[in-house]
Amino acid sequence: MPNPTRIEINCETGVESIIELTDAEVAELAYQAELAAEKKAEEDAKAEADATAKAALLEKLGITADEAKLLLA
Amino acid sequence: MANTFELIASSTVGAGGASSIDFTSIPSTYTDLVLKVSARGSAGGPNGLFIAFNGSTSNFTGKYLQGAGTGTPSSSSLARYIGTEVAPTFTANTFGNAEVYIPNYASSNNKSFSADAVSENNATEAYATLAAGLWSITTAINQVTLTISSGSSNFVQYSTAYLYGVKNA
Repeated sequence: MPNPTRIEINCETGVESIIELTDAEVAELAYQAELAAEKKAEEDAKAEADATAKAALLEKLGITADEAKLLLA
Repeated sequence: MANTFELIASSTVGAGGASSIDFTSIPSTYTDLVLKVSARGSAGGPNGLFIAFNGSTSNFTGKYLQGAGTGTPSSSSLARYIGTEVAPTFTANTFGNAEVYIPNYASSNNKSFSADAVSENNATEAYATLAAGLWSITTAINQVTLTISSGSSNFVQYSTAYLYGVKNA
């Protein structure tokens, strides 16, 4: 199975080339995608943890989110 | 105030798809660059769209504000990110779009860019993104690369990218 291709447009000449990725480029692409996925997963987990902690705190204080906003206003 | 807006180059992805779209040998004769993208990814979930300059993915920082569906918009940091595009699970034959503004791309200062992007989906999950980025390199930008990142995702056929040059005089 051939490697994926990339498009390269030379802005000086206007020539567009379709170039097959090297094995190293395919590996780099997979690595970058993995990094991006990890980063997104970390952010999602942090957002979920923050929301859970916030809900727990509100419950502990016995107030609603709107009441908390009033206190901080 | 910009008084010219000139197409430098454009590309439409062919039947085989493409892992990236790369504008090379960008002339330094303009003041700013504008990149307009219409894209759909071939694999995975919502596909992040990323930018790189001069073949480098290093020395970038970025922040974005994003709303998705009925959820509360949120902000976070993600280098090179310019928005989320359409995934294969989104409504068939729709494309997301994005516009990136790169001011003073040929200057000897660090390079900033801003982007807005939306994805199209006839369902709750659809994204609107505002992003700001910085490339902390003082070299003039002569190459802009777009990638769509979600596992092994590629740009699908008919995705397009247009690079414009803006002159302020």
